[in-house]
Amino acid sequence: MDPIVLADAAENLYPARMQMALSLGWHIVFACFGIAFPLITVVSEWLGHRRGDGTLTDLAHTWAKAMGVLFAAGAVSGTLLSFEMGILWPGLMDRFGEVFGFPFVLEGFAFFIEAIFVGVYLFGWNRLSPRAHMLSAVPMIVSGMAGAFFVVAANAWMNNPTGFRLDADGRVVDAQPWAAMFGPSTWPQVVHMLLAAYMVTGFTVASVYAVGMLRGRRDRRHRAGLLVPLAFAAALTPVQIGVGDWIANTVADNQPVKLAAMEAQYETTAGAPLSLGGIYQDDELRWALEIPNGLSLLIHHDPDGVVPGLEEVPPDERPPVNVVHLAYNAMVGLGSALLLLAVVSGWTWWRRRDIPRTPWFLRAVAVSGIAAIVAMEAGWVTTEVGRQPWIVHGLLRTADAVSPASGLYLGLYGVVAVYAVLTVLTAIVLRRLARSPDTPAPQEADAGTPDRAAGEVAVR
Amino acid sequence: MTLAEVLLSCMFVGLVAYGLFAGADFGAGIWDLLAGGTRRGARQRQLIEHTIAPVWEANHVWLIFVLVVLWTAFSGAFAAIVTTLYIPLTLAAFGMIARGAAFAFRKSITTLPMRRFLGAAFALSSLVTPYFLGSVVGAVASGRVPPGIAAGDVLTSWLNPTSALGGVLAVLVCAYLAAVFLGADARREGADDLAEQFRTRALGTAAATGALGIAGLFVLRADAPLLFDGLTGRGLPLVVLSVVAGLVALVFLWRRRFLPARAASALAVTAILLGWAAAQYPYVLLPELTIEEAARGRATLVAMLVALAVGALVLVPALAYLYALFQRSPGGEVREGPTSAPGPRAGAT
Ligand code: HDD
Ligand code: HEM
Ligand code: HEM
Repeated sequence: MDPIVLADAAENLYPARMQMALSLGWHIVFACFGIAFPLITVVSEWLGHRRGDGTLTDLAHTWAKAMGVLFAAGAVSGTLLSFEMGILWPGLMDRFGEVFGFPFVLEGFAFFIEAIFVGVYLFGWNRLSPRAHMLSAVPMIVSGMAGAFFVVAANAWMNNPTGFRLDADGRVVDAQPWAAMFGPSTWPQVVHMLLAAYMVTGFTVASVYAVGMLRGRRDRRHRAGLLVPLAFAAALTPVQIGVGDWIANTVADNQPVKLAAMEAQYETTAGAPLSLGGIYQDDELRWALEIPNGLSLLIHHDPDGVVPGLEEVPPDERPPVNVVHLAYNAMVGLGSALLLLAVVSGWTWWRRRDIPRTPWFLRAVAVSGIAAIVAMEAGWVTTEVGRQPWIVHGLLRTADAVSPASGLYLGLYGVVAVYAVLTVLTAIVLRRLARSPDTPAPQEADAGTPDRAAGEVAVR
Repeated sequence: MTLAEVLLSCMFVGLVAYGLFAGADFGAGIWDLLAGGTRRGARQRQLIEHTIAPVWEANHVWLIFVLVVLWTAFSGAFAAIVTTLYIPLTLAAFGMIARGAAFAFRKSITTLPMRRFLGAAFALSSLVTPYFLGSVVGAVASGRVPPGIAAGDVLTSWLNPTSALGGVLAVLVCAYLAAVFLGADARREGADDLAEQFRTRALGTAAATGALGIAGLFVLRADAPLLFDGLTGRGLPLVVLSVVAGLVALVFLWRRRFLPARAASALAVTAILLGWAAAQYPYVLLPELTIEEAARGRATLVAMLVALAVGALVLVPALAYLYALFQRSPGGEVREGPTSAPGPRAGAT
């Protein structure tokens, strides 16, 4: 490559990574709601109809509107991502687009179906029969999960590329997109992500009502609004921890360097300890809490199993250890805390058919939403930063994939500004929705005249 | 037709659909910008809002579809286009974010300054986004995107006469399509005065588009001779078809026959886009990279064709259901008289 181009690429690399991280990190929060909110909402609607309980159907209606807002934010941020894949990482798309682009084509269809039925579901609220209306949610539920499958399958391919051969010049020959979509990382990552989406949505929605209850609004609506989503999240948390073990084993088998970075372990060791916290400096982890033989036990189910360390590869093939290690610890730590919350909720429900009445419980639920989101983001940081310096594990370096176009780095400023505004707006709209549930959702055609509502706000 | 050509045609179907559906959405935003002061424009804005509310997200996915087909089947060409043209594409993406978010959120927000801000963001981004997308088309069509990553000039590739022509044409076409569509919608809801307003606007934008089209021929002859030769050679029948369909649409509009005018306008836009495709055949990137050279491995192409066929089986009925549901439902009536709905246009009052 010509040296001038390389100079530009070097200038672009860091901002491009930050831009990608920011856009993805933003998008994923909304994507989680796109994946999990439809089912939670429909279950509440269904329970409401079955028990003739207007509180539950009302709640479902409010959630459907919130879903509309979140969906709109997810859709617009996803559009930017599609551009960025090419604008920032042309080296990746140019060389490997034909291998791993395929799931994105399928994803296009999934989003199409989801966008259509979000429109139908909101629009049909009072226009379709309850049964037809609930049925119209099914395509939305299925396509939301399918969309997540396809995107995460693409990401799993970047972690564990399969389904093609390289010729002597390193060019792709014989690309097999179906095989590429079902590599060894695909199922663990997809399942882990789907569960994460349910946890994020469930805990976040429950936390909104927990805050309300802490402020003294202890009516039926708040109780139900806390209970239904919390039930989903609490039931799936233990499963998620189990899946976490599965995914960690997949990483150990296929990306040992990433695993070493997650555990901040320099030396290849038999009977490796599990390290919590600490700072990695000069090839050594300091001030960490160590559980003897823990890691070997987890990975090999054998206390004396050998776990390869970072020393196995040259320094320029190691990821930034501290970021990966701490992000990983954050995910596991928050996951364990959420498990505790889930167990407490499950236990009291089993004994008393009620949630614990203590303010401490409500406080815990109130922060659980943030905790789940942070755990999920931390998980993605582990995955993505842990893959560095590779964009396609073992085959293509991130530095070689970035676009050398001049001035590209300025895009980061634009993205930061746009997302700052978007975040504030989304927050305002959701707050308003929480305060007066008759606020229309973006997909609803007949926005009533807002003057009445405006008066309402003026009074507040 | 080869496999690659079939796939590129599918991509083009997506592009035409995006042009028609999202084009009309963008145009509606442009009319929102021009609807006048808070009170005067209120009913128009209401019509615009309730016409596009349920469908804008779905309309928008056509673009995603175009992108993913390109990047999987023609990865190299995709990389070349988006890196050389990253500036207008990033700006267009920002425009889409601003537009989508502002449109989605403004009805949920009631404080006047916020609504004005969002309304202005919606309307302005409706204007600039088609401009940038049109200038991207102009850049590709005039052969300013060479194969290779960021191989073209990141500025002159889209700041040039053909791109400017493409951008302005895109804006005008969007405005025209929207005026025709909105006129038909207003008529269906019995708001005849609004239908009249949009009819006048459709006729006006049609005249402007026609004039620019003729002037554009001279621009192309000077600035993009290859494209000009293609349009006046192989593409000529399609260009003629487009002109004829455009004129037929005008006749229908003149006679207030909105629905046939809609169909004829859609045909005119489709024909001109196809004319562009014919003019540049067999090149993806004029004048170097042909379709066959740009296409990737056979297994990928086959898998995509299967996916597109199966996907279409699911998608087409779903889309048909969506549009049918909204077209037959009474929806939000356009209320008579001025409402106190705060107008979205900043500083308009
Ligand atoms: C609510 C969210 C959440 C919770 C509680 C957990 N995770 Fe997680 N984790 C994710 C959300 C997540 C994620 C964001 O969804 C990731 C990022 C990539 C992926 O597929 O899932 C992830 C990735 C991820 C990876 C990296 C996979 C890779 O690089 O391919 C490992 C090893 C684990 N997780 C392990 C665990 C363990 C052992 C947990 C036990 C407490 C755990 N996770 C809880
Ligand atoms: C949605 C959740 C995701 C989050 C929060 C996330 C986070 C990140 C972060 C933090 C980086 C920067 C890593 C670094 O430079 O150190 C990154 C890079 C990247 N991610 Fe992800 N990621 C997500 C999902 C995905 C998916 C599904 C894909 C593709 C299918 C993807 C593709 C990329 C690419 C191409 C890069 C740039 C190259 C690189 O730095 O390796 N990401 N992401
Ligand atoms: C590089 C990574 C990604 C790209 C290129 C991408 C692209 C997109 C696009 C284009 C849309 C908009 C579709 C529409 O208009 O309806 C979208 C929305 C969505 N994305 Fe992503 N996405 C990425 C990462 C993810 C990840 C990691 C997930 C989930 C695991 C995800 C899940 C969704 C969902 C569920 C939606 C529907 C909209 C919503 O519900 O908010 N995306 N994405």
